[in-house]
Amino acid sequence: MTIHQLSIFLENRSGTLIKVLDCLKKSNIQIIASAIADTAQYGILRIICSDPRRAYLELEEAGIAVALSDVFAIELENKPGQAADAIKTFSDAGISITYMYSFLYGHQGILVFRTDNTDEAREVILRNRLNSVTEKDLEQLG
Amino acid sequence: MYWNPNKECMSRDEMSALQGKRLHKIVKYVYHNVPFYRNKLQEMDLTPDDILTIEDIVKLPFTTKQDLRDNYPFGLQAAPQSEIIRIHASSGTTGNPTIVGYTRKDIGVWSECMARALTAYGVVRDDIFSVSYGYGLFTGGLGAHNGVEMVGAAVVPASTGNTEKHAKLIRDLGISGIACTPSYALYLAETMEQLGITRDQIRLRVGAFGAEPWTANMRREIEERLGLKGYNLYGLSEIMGPSVSYECQLQNGSHVNEDHFFPEIIDPVTLAPLPAGQSGELVFTTLTKEGMPLLRYRTRDLCSLMPGVCDCGRTSVRMTPITGRSDDMLIIRGINVFPSQVESVVLDMKEIAPRYLLVVDRVNNLDTLQVQVELRQEYFTATFDTPAAIDELSRRLALKLRSVLNIGVKVVLKAPNTIERSQGKSAHVIDNRNIQ
Repeated sequence: MTIHQLSIFLENRSGTLIKVLDCLKKSNIQIIASAIADTAQYGILRIICSDPRRAYLELEEAGIAVALSDVFAIELENKPGQAADAIKTFSDAGISITYMYSFLYGHQGILVFRTDNTDEAREVILRNRLNSVTEKDLEQLG
Repeated sequence: MYWNPNKECMSRDEMSALQGKRLHKIVKYVYHNVPFYRNKLQEMDLTPDDILTIEDIVKLPFTTKQDLRDNYPFGLQAAPQSEIIRIHASSGTTGNPTIVGYTRKDIGVWSECMARALTAYGVVRDDIFSVSYGYGLFTGGLGAHNGVEMVGAAVVPASTGNTEKHAKLIRDLGISGIACTPSYALYLAETMEQLGITRDQIRLRVGAFGAEPWTANMRREIEERLGLKGYNLYGLSEIMGPSVSYECQLQNGSHVNEDHFFPEIIDPVTLAPLPAGQSGELVFTTLTKEGMPLLRYRTRDLCSLMPGVCDCGRTSVRMTPITGRSDDMLIIRGINVFPSQVESVVLDMKEIAPRYLLVVDRVNNLDTLQVQVELRQEYFTATFDTPAAIDELSRRLALKLRSVLNIGVKVVLKAPNTIERSQGKSAHVIDNRNIQ
């Protein structure tokens, strides 16, 4: 139901982002989706990639502040209103979305997000038969 | 348990009388034997007969580390060379090292002070006690050693280095006490874990830790990992060495051996004596020392004094843990700020690395203080990867710093391993103010 996401702490200065990207490039890891939460002092880069476990180890080895976490990923049809319908099921259950980003993979829209209540979010996904994506799915889509 | 209850539990009136008598005697002694002090007293129009009670101490001049350097090597020695039986030297990172000569009586006083400390920690004749301070020019090793022998416990002069062998001896001999720096204690715990030596295989009960600052968290960690009770042991070579003060079973401040070393707290800027309880620079006068007696020696260590009878029964004044060094002081918006105050806060927060950089600036005629710290790689985890969590950490740190420093600070969290490992103290500070 969840997929791995890398979170990387980046200081707001030139050279920090490229260090991360170079490391992934050297390890032959492909970025599938990314988003940055930016603040005045620093940013948090979130990445969905091929082989997240290996990416995590490589980045950690390079001395980069990186965390490996689980995020929900659900597949949506590529047409208007899909995100609204999906997110409504969570707001109806009183669950907040902590952050969210999306990407197109093949012809499918993928919505990546974290909530403030993982256990209940799982139930909402099951109850509403939302189409969650696994890492294996991502590999096949690729 | 006391080593010398007559002195450790003396009434305040008796102690003050004893201190006054000893002060008069020591002033007379240095006046006649140390040209440096004779000149200083004469310049101030003082004679030994002006110093009759302990309250008169405030009339006396201060002595600084620079005075010791300027009089290198034997300029401040009061006893004739034939009476000196040992010489220690403190490491001089800048300039000359500090040379301290001890007479036979000095070594005896030192051993007794150390015996008082060990007895307060609960060390008895049956103990096997390992001294893991460095033996040599540094006062730690031999200072602790003499005290253990005086108590009658078996001393294992392990010194530093060869930690694996030491760890095995702790297990095989059933060593029950250890004196070392707190950081060495943690290193020892790590070494034991690597060797597969577990807590139930060792009998360590007492730890005498000193010679470097340590935090309450470090104490808890050492106590937990080595299964002992850790006590503070304070000292400085200029005054004597370890055992100038020591904690009792209550671990609430260190009892000063004040019949030998009289403590005062002064304002490091105005040099005015501060009332008990207020934090400032610690100053010691040696009341009985023969080799190199010092009047009002400025330790540069910052702490406060706690008068009053301790629940352990000792009447000797206690000093709080050292919170910093006055020689690194910055004045920001008129408030004295010590980098070590920042250090104490930083060391106590597990989410950040034990490194920091202070950046002082002046913006629109107002001083600003920025504290840069590093996130620890291992604390940047799945539950910590949002600005909300990181900003909460910044806020928590800023609040703690504010309550310790009494000024507002801006906390900047940096990525791991981005703050340069500093060599020496000044490297912790960048002062961009151009104040002429």
